[in-house]
Order: sequence, then structure tokens, then C-alpha cells
Amino acid sequence: MYKPYKLGLHNPNLSFREKLYNLNVPYFLLISLLAATGVMMLYSAANGSWEGWAVNHALRFAMGFAVMFIAAMIDIKVYLRWTYPFYFAVLVLLIVVEAAGYTGMGATRWIDLKFIKLQPSELMKIALVMALAKYFHTTTLQSIETIRGIVPPLLMAMVPALLIMAQPDLGTALMIIFTTGVILFVVGVQVWKFVALAGMAAVLMPVGWHFLHDYQRQRVLTFLDPERDPLGAGYHIMQSKIALGSGGVFGKGFLKGTQSHLNFLPEKHTDFIFTMLSEEFGLIGGILVVLVNMAILAYSYSFALKTTSYFGKLLIIGLATNYFLYVFINIAMVLGLLPVVGVPLPLISYGGTVILSVTASFGIIMAVYINRETNLGKE
Amino acid sequence: MNRDNDKGKVLIGRTLVWVLIQFVLLLLIIARLYYLQVYQADQFSTMADENRISTRLLIPPRGVIVDRHQKVLAGNRQNFQAMIVAEQTASVQETLDRFKKIMPLSEAEEERIKKDLKKYRRFVPIKIKDGLSWDDVSKVLLASPEMPGIIIDDGLSRYYPFGRQTAHVLGYVSSVSENDMKKDNDPLLGIPGFKIGKDGIEKQFEKKLRGAGGNLKLEVNALGRVMKEIERVDGTAGENLQLSIDTRLQQKAYELYGEESGAAVLMDVNSGEILAFVSTPSYDSNDFAQGVGGDFFRTLLNDEKSPLMNKAVAGLYSPGSTFKMVVALAALEAGIITKDSKVFCSGKTQLGNHLFHCWKKSGHGALNVVEALQHSCDIFFYDVAQKLGIEKIAAMARRFGLGLPTGIEAGGEKSGLIPDKKWRLERFGEPWQTGETLIAGIGQGYILTTPLQLAVMTARLVNGGREIRPTFVRPDAEQLKNIRRISVNKNYLEIVKEGMCAVVNRPGGTAFASQFNYNGKRMCGKTGTTQVRRISMKERQSGIVKQEDLPWKYRNHALFVGYAPQDNPKYAVAVLVEHGGGGSAVAAPIGSKLLLEALKLDEEGK
Repeated sequence: MYKPYKLGLHNPNLSFREKLYNLNVPYFLLISLLAATGVMMLYSAANGSWEGWAVNHALRFAMGFAVMFIAAMIDIKVYLRWTYPFYFAVLVLLIVVEAAGYTGMGATRWIDLKFIKLQPSELMKIALVMALAKYFHTTTLQSIETIRGIVPPLLMAMVPALLIMAQPDLGTALMIIFTTGVILFVVGVQVWKFVALAGMAAVLMPVGWHFLHDYQRQRVLTFLDPERDPLGAGYHIMQSKIALGSGGVFGKGFLKGTQSHLNFLPEKHTDFIFTMLSEEFGLIGGILVVLVNMAILAYSYSFALKTTSYFGKLLIIGLATNYFLYVFINIAMVLGLLPVVGVPLPLISYGGTVILSVTASFGIIMAVYINRETNLGKE
Repeated sequence: MNRDNDKGKVLIGRTLVWVLIQFVLLLLIIARLYYLQVYQADQFSTMADENRISTRLLIPPRGVIVDRHQKVLAGNRQNFQAMIVAEQTASVQETLDRFKKIMPLSEAEEERIKKDLKKYRRFVPIKIKDGLSWDDVSKVLLASPEMPGIIIDDGLSRYYPFGRQTAHVLGYVSSVSENDMKKDNDPLLGIPGFKIGKDGIEKQFEKKLRGAGGNLKLEVNALGRVMKEIERVDGTAGENLQLSIDTRLQQKAYELYGEESGAAVLMDVNSGEILAFVSTPSYDSNDFAQGVGGDFFRTLLNDEKSPLMNKAVAGLYSPGSTFKMVVALAALEAGIITKDSKVFCSGKTQLGNHLFHCWKKSGHGALNVVEALQHSCDIFFYDVAQKLGIEKIAAMARRFGLGLPTGIEAGGEKSGLIPDKKWRLERFGEPWQTGETLIAGIGQGYILTTPLQLAVMTARLVNGGREIRPTFVRPDAEQLKNIRRISVNKNYLEIVKEGMCAVVNRPGGTAFASQFNYNGKRMCGKTGTTQVRRISMKERQSGIVKQEDLPWKYRNHALFVGYAPQDNPKYAVAVLVEHGGGGSAVAAPIGSKLLLEALKLDEEGK
């Protein structure tokens, strides 16, 4: 039953000036700072050349910045209204990818839109968070605490997660499952249910191992023991640690990372860009990047606190969690704390879809913050 | 409504817990960064340098060996070789197959390449083929884009201009064996294709000739491509070495042997410098330097004339009559004979119920020591040896260097044997027999000497009893001054020399046919013929067995020792021709020609 009144969709819209006034400028500056760092590192990755990676990255971020700004200017009520249609549209896209996707790197992940390779799985991260936020916005705590009450959100998450896993893109699928788990946790699903689920997962682990692709098993095994095969799968993580460690406190200097420039470090412009940064700028550079990300997250969660609507709060928490997972998984991966699962460092790694999905997320977070006083209705 | 409030509160509360978790996880990342970049930084820096820096050894040029007149005996020449670096190609086999289309490889070569590829690390260049011509090099370079991993190396290889003629002096260089690596930890030995001295001067002076390797530090990328040179430390070239050898005399000596098997040593009697030193048949040092197959080596080893054996220092022979000077000297010193004492030779003498024959069946009649030497009378020396006893003979022999290592700079020197009573008892558990003393008196029996020892003996007899030591390297003034004297009466030495001069220059002397008179300079010497096999009684009764009728390996050894000029001797020579027949007929002419050549060259040099 559609009840526009109860969702507060009748509330007046803010004017463009009011929106601009409420916009948090330091937040956008921190995001731009990371993107600028990305351009700089890509310049270095190309052995001191703007051509290719660095210029493309700058152009993409410019595009991403526009997306972020536009997303921030959209009224929160629009997001609320179009959540489910958007979610189902992305779900259809995912199915299309499965059917006739563009194949790259041995895994089907993209739809070729000529000028950009669209990764529906990235869009799904946003769409799912929106759908879950809307679902829990309208439900009650009693319902949340029942099994029946969490079946619909679980279905909302599991269907796309399984599709993405089939591509196969284990990293993204796990991120979606993890984000869903965090959302279920914060809305108040009892802790014992998570414990029970974890217990079940532990029991089912050997079965899951059976379904993993061989290269995925290799990655897990290599993660557990990087020296197992130093010339094969363990090579990447070993070279990454050598690059990081040899960077020391102050780094080898911009454009002077030997591991990266002599090609010992693989994927230095994408997944391993944090390693390259830490090799050239040392512990100081690495910590600064982590601190900037912490600041972005701190801003995001403070926006959530200041937001009155449940939908808005949950939307920010979900999107911020998503971003956190990107950052944490990527860095933990290159530091040898997690298996190599192919997650980029957003805003710094080279890659178009991630920039767009992350800047769109930040735009939506900003839109929620701008509309923090908007009443989206209560039961 | 209350539950709605609760819903909001739960969200805030739980979110704060989640935020806390996230920040803890990010702090964990910072801690991990600290651990890797501060705590483990040194370890990883080393590993990063190991990744990027490739150290290559620079091979120093080996020292050149020259003769006494600066003529090169062992040098280095440019050697282009094609090599393969395993890590620079995706498929070693494919690269080799393409190489074979340009230049065929034998199965043995391919075998060796595969063995080397397994033996050395992937970045070490492995030799495919060496001795490439300019034409070959340009062909390989032209095709190199299709053959990743192939490089052309312009190293130096050892070259011996006089090959066989100098082989037993110089020895040769050859590939490093695993045993060599255990004994010597010079990193140069780890370079594939590096060669070290394996015999002769090349081995004895290895350390000096080798020099020290340099270092080239290169920055390489992950594919092994060289990006830049970081540091170059030049090594030290091997030191050049001058030998006492005179190439012209060396060549002459070698040529004089022709097909014969044997050894000759020509030395300066005053300094011990060796001017010519041959052992025949010989081998070509160049063959070994280029690497020979097992078959080639086996052929040399199985040759009955033993070309690989350095007969001048490792060949043991009875000195035969060349030993008679030592016996004569011992007898004179012991007072058993004087210059004029005569012994009557009837052709045979009896000891107990055993007959000892002179080489001349009819006998020499009465002769003194000079005449005994001149005619090489056996009966005379049986007689004095019996009176002397083995101990005095042995002591005199040792004073002149027999039965003792000379310390020459050549590998595999044998010390020979001068028997005495103690040795006889230890070796056979039986006391010395007087008959054995008689046999020893004519340089046969247990006595074994090397041709070099005979040359040393001769030099010491004629240089006034100075205890020179043979050497290939020219001794300095200090060393010459420190040569000790053998305590022996000079008059006795003169008597022995007179005997030696009678051998060559008086009619009836055993080497009279080999005499020369070069501007008044004459040669003196002593011949020797030693039995390789006892002549049985049956053979003796059936008449004289002609040497030529015997198989080669049963024929007598021919010996000659000599010196020149007669007055103020300068050169001593020792000549051995294995199974050559008689000393007078075969060995003396070689010694004579060699001494004459030495005198002539001296004259021309003036």
C-alpha cells in the first residue's frame, strides 16, 4: 500500500540557494584531496607522464565531481520515492550482464556503453543500501526483531549478491553481504542471530570452499601463507610488502619507488596503488591517506547523527560503510592482512566505475545532510 | 510511539558501536604500516635492493706468460661467444631452436647447454657456442630480435702460440670443477666458462696469473632488463709472468725428439734457470683451453707413450751409467781410489756364485777412474761400489739432488728413489745384499731418478758444487747469492769432469761421435743405457738379442747428461729417450745438438 502522506513526501522542497548554503564544503575538499592524490600517484605510476592514466583519472574525477554535486542537489524525497524502481532497474542490469556481458579479465563484470564500461555491481551497492534504508524506514522495531521481518531485506541482498558471485566477483559480492550485515546490525537485529548465522557459516565453510573458483582458492591459500609460492600467486603480496617495507618512514621520494618503477610491483596503478604511495612517501604518506579517509568517515557519521529522518540516517550509514569497506579491504589486502580479492582504493586507484559510484554515494550523503531537517514522516 | 523512539535510539547506539569498530580497524592498519615500514624496514630494504640490483663479476684478463726474451708463450685473444640468459626468454627451447637454424649445434653441445642451464641460476648467461667469427656474430645479432635471451659476449680466451712444444712447461687452463670450487671460494670460479690453470705453470702460478675480479652493479627491472649502471669496480688484471725458457731452444729440443718418447731438460748451471724443458709426445694446450670431450681425453690417457705425463719430472727411470759420476766422486772422497788407481776389467766379476758382466764382454783391461768413465766400464764401478757400500753412494747421490724433489714449479713431480739399508729393510723386511750394491754402482736396480734430477746433478757437478735448484722463473741476485755449496773437494770434481770430457772428446769415449768444436767450445757428458727388462740366461746363451727385434716397450732406455762449454761450463743437459736403444747412439746426439744450439744462440746474441 502506497502512503505518500505518511512518508512526508508532501513536505516543501528546499530552494537551490538553501541547498548550497547547507552544503558542507570541507567534506568535498577532502574527497577532492584524495582524487588529487590519485592523479599524482598515477603520474608517478606512468614513470612521470600525464598521458594516459593521470589525465584520464583527472577527467573522470571531474565527471564524478559533477555527479556528486548533482546528486547532492537532488531532494531526499526524490530518492525515497524512486528507491525501489532504481533497485529493480539495477537488478535487471545485473541479469543482462550475466546474459550478454562484456568479458574482461576472465570475469563478466561490465556492460560496454562505448564511452564507459558500466559495472552494474557498483550501482547495486548504492541501490541496495537505498532499498534497505527505505524498507527499514517504514518498518517497526517489533517487526525487525522477528525472523519474518528480516526475510524481505535478506532476499533484497541475496539475489544480487548471488548474481555478482556468479560473474564471478567474490570481492564485490562479499562487500554487499557485509554491508547488508552491518545494516541489519545497526537497525537492531538481535546479536544472537548473527552469532547463530556465524555458527552456520562455519559449518557450511567446507561446502562453500567447494564452490569457489580455483583462482579464488589460490588467493585464500596464498593469503594464509604468502611464501607458499613466491613466484606465482604469492609474488604480488610479497612484492607489495617489500615495496612498503623498503619505503620506510619517509619514503623513497616521488617518482623514486624502485619496486614500482622497475615493475616488481604488479597492478601498481589499480589495486596496489596504496603500496606505491607508501613506497614513495613512506609511513607518513600512508598514515595521511588513512587519516583523510577517517576524516571523511567521521564527517559522514556526524551527518547521520544530525539527520532527523530514519531513511536519511540509514542511507548515510550504509553508503559510508560501503566506502569504509573499500578502503579497509584494499589497504588490508596490500598490507597482507586480507587475501588479494581485487578491490580498488576508491578515488586513488585508476578505474572509472568506482569513481562514479563513490562520488555518487558522497553526493547522496551530502543530499541527505542538506535535507537533514526534512521530515519524512513517522508511523 | 515508544517503540518508534526506541527504533531511533537503537540505530544511534548500534551505529556508534559500528563506528568504533571501523576506527579500531583503521588504527590496526596504521599499526600494520608501522610494523612493516619501521620495524621490518631494514629487512625489506635489503630485499628491494636484491630485487633491483644485479651484480655481475668482471673477469680480469689473465696474466700473459712470456719467455726470457719476451716472446709470448701464453696469451689471451678475443673470443666471441653466443650466450643465453634463461630469465630473459619465455621459452629457452624456442630460442635455442631458432638459434640452431642460424648455427647448427651438435648433440653434445646441446647436452652441455641443458646441463649448465640446470646448474646455474636463471640470470646467469650460459655459453651456447664460442669461437664465433665476425660473420657468425653479425648473423646472430641480425636475428636477435626473434631470439630473446641471446647475447653476444666478447670475452678473452687463452691461447698458446707454441701449443705442443710448450705444453709440459705451461700446462693448460680448463673449466672449473666442483672440487676446485670447494677449495677456492673466489667468486670468479662461479662464472660459467671461467677457466683456471690445471697443470704446469698455469696451475702453479694460478693466483698470480688470475688477478682479481671486478664488480659491475646494474639496476634491473622485473624482467631483468638493465636500466642503468650503478657502480663499476674494476678488477685487477692478472700479473704477467716471465719464464726462463728460451723458446728457440724449447722448439729445437721438441723437434730433436721427432716421434720419440722421452724428456729433455736444458738448464743454466749457475742459476738453475731452465731454458728448455720438453716431454714427448706432447699434447696441445689449446685443445684443453677450448674444452675437450671425454673421448679425446681417453685417447690421450690410453696412449702407451703417455702424452699427458710430464716425463721430465714425473717419469722415473734408472739413471744407468749417468750415475757413475756420483759413484766415482764418492769413491774419491772415501779414499778408496785416487786419480791413478786402476781396476782390471776382464768383462766379468764374481760375487759369491753370481757373475756380474761388463757391457763389453771382452773387457776393458786395466783402467783408472777417468778411463772408466770414458768407456763406461761396469767392472770398475762394481769394484768401487762394493768397497764403498750403499750408504756412501746414497749420501753422495742425495747431495747432488737425486732421489729428492727438486721443488720445480711443475705439478706432479716425483722424488724418485735412492735406496739404502734402512729403506731395504722397511720396504722388503730383508737386509741389504752386497750384490745390490754392485748393481747400484752402475745406476741400476732400485735407483730411480727423473730426467730433471739428472740435469740438476750434472749442473751441480760442473758449477763447482753449488747447490742450484731448477726453476722456470728467473731468480733475482739475492737468490743467486744465497745458493749453498756442497762440501766436496774441488779436485775430485775436476777428475769427474775430466772423465766426462773423455767420454765425448777422446777416441773410444762412448759419446765420441757426438762431439763438436764450436769456436773452441766443446761438450762433455756421460751416456747411459738402461735395461727395461732383465735379459734371461736363455737369451744370453742364444746370442746377442738385437734391441730392434724387441717390442718397443721392452727396448732399453737411452740417457745422456752433458754440459758445455768444457771450460767454465754454462749449460747442463739431461736427455732421456724411452726405449730408444743406446745412450751413445740416440740420447747423446740430442744432448749435443741442444748444447750446440744454446752456445750458438749465445754467440749470435752478442
